[in-house]
Amino acid sequence: MSDQEFVPKSKFGKWFNDRLPLLSLANHLTDYPTPKNLNYWWTFGGILTFCLITQIVTGLTLAMHYIAHSDLAFGSVEHIMRDVNYGWLIRYVHANGASMFFLAVYIHIFRSLYYGSYKAPREVIWIIGMIIYFLMMATAFMGYVLPWGQMSFWGATVITNLFSAIPFVGEGIVAWLWGGFAVDNPTLTRFYSLHYLLPFLILGLVVLHIWALHVPGNNNPIGIDIKKPSKDTVPFHPYIVIKDAFALLMFLIVFAFFVFYSPNILGHADNYIEANPMVTPAHIVPEWYLLPFYAILRSVPDKLLGVIAMFAAIFVLVILPWLDTSKIRSAVFRPLYKQFYWILVIDVLILGYVGAMPAEGLYLLIARVATAYYFIHFLIILPLLGLKEKTIPLPLSITEPVLGGFPNPSTVRNKESLH
Amino acid sequence: MTKKPPKRREFLFTASYAVGAVGVGAVVWPLIDQMNPDASVKALASTEVDVSSVELGKTITVLWRGKPVFIKRRTPEEIQEARNVNLEDLPHPEKDEDRAKNPEWLVMLGICTHLGCVPLNDKGDYNGWFCPCHGSHYDTSGRIRKGPAPTNMEVPKYEFVNNNIIKIG
Amino acid sequence: MRNIFKIIYLITLILFGSFQISAAEKVELLKTDWSFKGIFGKFDRGSLQRGYQVYTEVCASCHSMKYLSYRNLSEKGGPEFSVDQAKAIAASFEITDGPNEDGEMFQRPGKLSDKFAMPYANDKEAQAANGGAYPPDMSVLAKARSGGVDYLYSVLLGYEDPPSGVILDDGVYYNKYMYGNNIKMAKPLDDGLVEYSDGTEATEEQMAKDVVTFLMWAAEPHLEARHKMGFKAIIYLIILTILVYFSMKKIWSRIESEV
Repeated sequence: MSDQEFVPKSKFGKWFNDRLPLLSLANHLTDYPTPKNLNYWWTFGGILTFCLITQIVTGLTLAMHYIAHSDLAFGSVEHIMRDVNYGWLIRYVHANGASMFFLAVYIHIFRSLYYGSYKAPREVIWIIGMIIYFLMMATAFMGYVLPWGQMSFWGATVITNLFSAIPFVGEGIVAWLWGGFAVDNPTLTRFYSLHYLLPFLILGLVVLHIWALHVPGNNNPIGIDIKKPSKDTVPFHPYIVIKDAFALLMFLIVFAFFVFYSPNILGHADNYIEANPMVTPAHIVPEWYLLPFYAILRSVPDKLLGVIAMFAAIFVLVILPWLDTSKIRSAVFRPLYKQFYWILVIDVLILGYVGAMPAEGLYLLIARVATAYYFIHFLIILPLLGLKEKTIPLPLSITEPVLGGFPNPSTVRNKESLH
Repeated sequence: MTKKPPKRREFLFTASYAVGAVGVGAVVWPLIDQMNPDASVKALASTEVDVSSVELGKTITVLWRGKPVFIKRRTPEEIQEARNVNLEDLPHPEKDEDRAKNPEWLVMLGICTHLGCVPLNDKGDYNGWFCPCHGSHYDTSGRIRKGPAPTNMEVPKYEFVNNNIIKIG
Repeated sequence: MRNIFKIIYLITLILFGSFQISAAEKVELLKTDWSFKGIFGKFDRGSLQRGYQVYTEVCASCHSMKYLSYRNLSEKGGPEFSVDQAKAIAASFEITDGPNEDGEMFQRPGKLSDKFAMPYANDKEAQAANGGAYPPDMSVLAKARSGGVDYLYSVLLGYEDPPSGVILDDGVYYNKYMYGNNIKMAKPLDDGLVEYSDGTEATEEQMAKDVVTFLMWAAEPHLEARHKMGFKAIIYLIILTILVYFSMKKIWSRIESEV
């Protein structure tokens, strides 16, 4: 990295940069050496940054019209949808933006799992990422409460009641969260306050996440360290910027389809019924992005253990860098891991599916098996696999074929595409 | 590594930037426009005021679109005073006849044109209104005579529905 | 790269699918050709105006629409009554206003800026007048039921004699499509119940279709603007994506690497 050598050309630039090295930072960001073999799965970092900013900007504008009061919240959302100039557009972007944000974050996380980006020396990036993910879930949950529809109200009731599982102090904690004897106006106003605050915490953590990334640099599909920066990397600008822009635009087309043509398909119809503390909807279903955890919660027949299992499902991800004993990062060179990886993907999709189903009969059985497998994957398979697995020899560098005769997949593809 | 003529490359980049900029503009506009008065505010109806109980020489203040409106029933002397003013003496020349169609009734927004304070009734050097914020004096026709305010107090659109009811807006 | 988007697409589909299945009804809902579906979907003005007539003559005696104002009736993308027509409609309702100088509430004819008149003073009164069942507010009803407009349409046309063995309480009716099949609303529509001024024959199906179209507009008054803007936005995005794609190819052609 050429940070130290950077000297602004203009006199004023030099004067300013000596006092606040913003230009050095900008120079670092544009010149940041990025592995040239990054594939499109790596563009989701940029897409996520875009999602966060979109959520913050649309959220700020919605906050100018929204009223956090249990009697007025539902009506104020309708006011936004009907009367505020472009209010419907801003609200639909914000509501669907949350889903798109989670779609992107899941792809981002599963990319990291596939290519071993969480391994040394990138454990801190991964842990910050997990904290961001956890805060995202908290933010999204509280945001979903704000329209004060039936799902808002009952979702809030169910999720806050999770804490009542804690022995001795649980009931007290729940009353403290509610600010009353049930989810009511005090709950709504504090959720609004926190829903406004948390995105800025996330933003701060994203800065740390990127900072921590820029210390070791990006992982890459081969998962080996960069040997010769001049040959193996490209400057972030313009190469990665334009590629991220292209991927973002593709993502925006999907986003736009949701916003303009199916804005309510990811939501639940019951949330267009104003909250009523006397009637519970037939099926309480969280937003789709929380379904796998919801399935884990429901698959355990004990209240406290269910809650523990749900939080443990996130916690195993946090300690993942130490559960995975393999020194090889990329699944490309771990044929067995690759298979287990795809089984995990399917397992999580199954958990999401049964999370949306009633917790009974066959669905409950499937949920239990899938929950068990989820933990087996992280707690048993991964530690053992790293010790036993026979891996494919790694290439010497990103650009050069390996000496042992195994060709670097990316260079092979390059040659083919040139012909 | 095939190099195309630089001309086409530049065109491609310029086009991308230009199209991108149009998009950014299109996205920014809704975010700005959402702060403009919304449809429900714009549709706010006119206000009807029953003025039958207003005594000669008195002023009532009513709220219209969130702003105070002064309705003054002027005495013949006040009307005379307002009409006798030489237009050339006025910073913002307007005939009293144009400001008060029915000379007995003066209807105007009770907002000082300087910085938006509400002037006090029957105060000031010209027997009209006086704005306590920065010392603007208005006459019995609500015209600015002295002080920092640039224009006369604004007369809103209004009409007499009948002898007793004024509809503002 | 194409694979990536294929996979994203598939995952999205699966997620949708799971929702659709979770929301799937046991009974197949009745379908009709809604003009507002699809990328270019627009409301049928005639249908909206007739639907308003059905709402106001049939539904409004029990069902409120508290988020709508009379001015909406003349707004673009809606029934598009003329401003004068909308004013006349508004003036035909008595609105409670006040308090006046004496501190009393009073009645006056409606104005464009007024919200739709409410059939009951409050929810309790509504409940008491309807045998304990609260007639839901209809402002967003079309979005508040899974199955949406098809569900509402089906319920309106789904009144039947109960199957043998099903015993209904007093004031409860059997409806093939209602959740739980029990509904406290008596069959609201019958052939010729209203007289359409445009000459359309007021069959049960026609009235159901018109009023549900009206309810869809009420729930989503900017639907037409949304569809129009969406089409432009997506065309725009596709053009910019193509431009950026070729720009990217150019830039990456400077080095020997595949994008």
